[in-house]
Amino acid sequence: MDIFIQQIINGLVLGSIYALVALGYTMVYGIMGLINFAHGEVVMIGAMVALMVIKLLVNSGLPVFIIILIALAAAVAVCMAVGYSIERIAYRPLRRAPKLAPLITAIGVSIILQNLAMLVWGRNYHAFPPILPTSEHDIFGATITSLQVAIVLIAALMMTGLIILIHRTRLGRAMRATSENPPIAQLMGVNINQIISFTFVIGSALAAVAGLMVSANYSIAHYYMGFMLGLKAFTAAVLGGIGNIAGAVLGGILLGLIESLGAGYIGDLTGGFLGSHYQDIFAFFVLIGVLIFRPSGLIGEKVSERA
Amino acid sequence: MMGFLASFEALRHDKRAAIAAIAATVAMGIVLAVFPFIVGSALGNSWLRIVDFAMLYIMLALGLNIVVGFAGLLDMGYIAFYAVGAYLYALLASPHFGLHLPVWLIIPAGAVLAGIFGALLGAPTLRLRGDYLAIVTLGFGEIVRIFLNNLNAPVNITNGPQGISGIDPIHLGGITLAKPISVLGFTIPSLHAYYYLFLVLALGIVFVTIRLENSRIGRAWVAIREDEIAAKSCGINTRNIKLLAFTMGASFGGVAGGLFAGFQGFVSPESFNLMESVMVLCMVVLGGMGNIPGVILGGILLTVLPEVFRHGAGPVQMALFGKILLDPEALRMLLFGLALVVVMLYRPAGLWPSTTRRREFKGESTDVLKEGE
Repeated sequence: MDIFIQQIINGLVLGSIYALVALGYTMVYGIMGLINFAHGEVVMIGAMVALMVIKLLVNSGLPVFIIILIALAAAVAVCMAVGYSIERIAYRPLRRAPKLAPLITAIGVSIILQNLAMLVWGRNYHAFPPILPTSEHDIFGATITSLQVAIVLIAALMMTGLIILIHRTRLGRAMRATSENPPIAQLMGVNINQIISFTFVIGSALAAVAGLMVSANYSIAHYYMGFMLGLKAFTAAVLGGIGNIAGAVLGGILLGLIESLGAGYIGDLTGGFLGSHYQDIFAFFVLIGVLIFRPSGLIGEKVSERA
Repeated sequence: MMGFLASFEALRHDKRAAIAAIAATVAMGIVLAVFPFIVGSALGNSWLRIVDFAMLYIMLALGLNIVVGFAGLLDMGYIAFYAVGAYLYALLASPHFGLHLPVWLIIPAGAVLAGIFGALLGAPTLRLRGDYLAIVTLGFGEIVRIFLNNLNAPVNITNGPQGISGIDPIHLGGITLAKPISVLGFTIPSLHAYYYLFLVLALGIVFVTIRLENSRIGRAWVAIREDEIAAKSCGINTRNIKLLAFTMGASFGGVAGGLFAGFQGFVSPESFNLMESVMVLCMVVLGGMGNIPGVILGGILLTVLPEVFRHGAGPVQMALFGKILLDPEALRMLLFGLALVVVMLYRPAGLWPSTTRRREFKGESTDVLKEGE
């Protein structure tokens, strides 16, 4: 039973990270109808930058909290710049082109970012310096570290902030209008280009935070980490209903739970035939299942037949 | 072969054009026949291997072109079918299971099995279009790779990440392509022999795709790509035609996979990762979707360019800075990514687009942001 609760806790932590990344996918898709394939790499850049700053400051004598904050600020700033440039260079010129063209540039950008990271940080795994407090708490026989508590809380806070931004502010209204119907929004005085840039910047900021969380949670970062994470976060966005903010959150948390419970129990369920190294296939089976049986996602609006 | 077809078409219209076309065909035939000897003596055997691989990639790109270019179904897990063909060959002709079945049996079996996998992928995804289909097929490709990676326990089928080695080379009627072959006093080295085999098969696939393109089925694919609802209302059985696209595309991949296994003598899951799918997709899109010469051009360019970067990145840095500053491998992929972005920005229809698609690109969409809605 305590294994079950432990897996639930792990799933929640993983799920909050997925949710943060999924928000980036879903916002961009909601507004432009485009899968930003390079988003996973933005997460990776965030993790790498944060890690580099932490390594630089680890012996500076500053309090841990301040170091993390500086690292986070640096990562967020770099990722915002990266996100903005991606949109400006690779997507904006192709807005009127057919869908495959931005998809290919997205793949190209993804390859560029990955290999830039490889050039800058090398192909080795980077260990996260052990500066975080490692106090553990017991809940129903399972353990949860204060880092995990912090991840879940910060993720929840950021998501709430984003939902308030989108539903309660002028900017959010402009974003919703653009996502509803860009030409009409433009006629109503919304500067679409600005809104789209802004969407990318916000998504990238969330990605930077998620990147720091992932590297802190697994105590590791490397140039290839963004790819799988991006795919899973995208799955989470689709699961919840792509284009839907609450859906991304729900999808992320559900996917985290499915993955950690699945990985924990697959061995028993299949009589040892499939082991926990099949963890990565759950996301894809979930994705395929959702798209076949409920393409609009759990709480998404109906997707038009001609995507 | 293409020259031959051109001549065939032209014969109906114009005698002089026909003669020109036949001359072009003969000239091209001679060039293709002596090409491996030129490459082999001028650049060495490593480049000849690359040429052989280019042939395999052309086959793959042409197969994917049926799915993506003709039918407009964005498949990002195409390499899975290549993997199916390759692993089938590896399992049936290697010491792994002690089986050594003949090639003429395995390659068609690979085509059939890959075709079945194609139908398996196609059936549940018939309703999906565009990006969604891309992601599902991508997931499918990854699932196949993960299974190949892990099916070594409890029963060892694929030998896991180590892969299968010692695969029989391609051999036909007692002649093996792994050793130099003597024909009428000439000695054809192994790499050259593979070149000719791959060339013949690639030309065969080119021939099949050209005939398909101008057939009833090919037109149905294009109709579905242009407007599925309209195609349906014109009496096209969209379900079967789409499944056919998946199956045919996949079977080409299966053939190429079998050849790859025999040529390489070794297969491992690493050869079938997502990057390879992306590579093949880029060949199709960059070359010019739906246009057979364009796709062939894309296949050649994307096989040769990364190799040029690979061979050039080190020496050029040595010459410029006196030492290797940047990892050549990362640099080559960086340049590759840049090339993808730049080509798409300046030629969104590909380097050599088909006439239909070029027309589409000229048509202005009234919607500012969302295309096709």
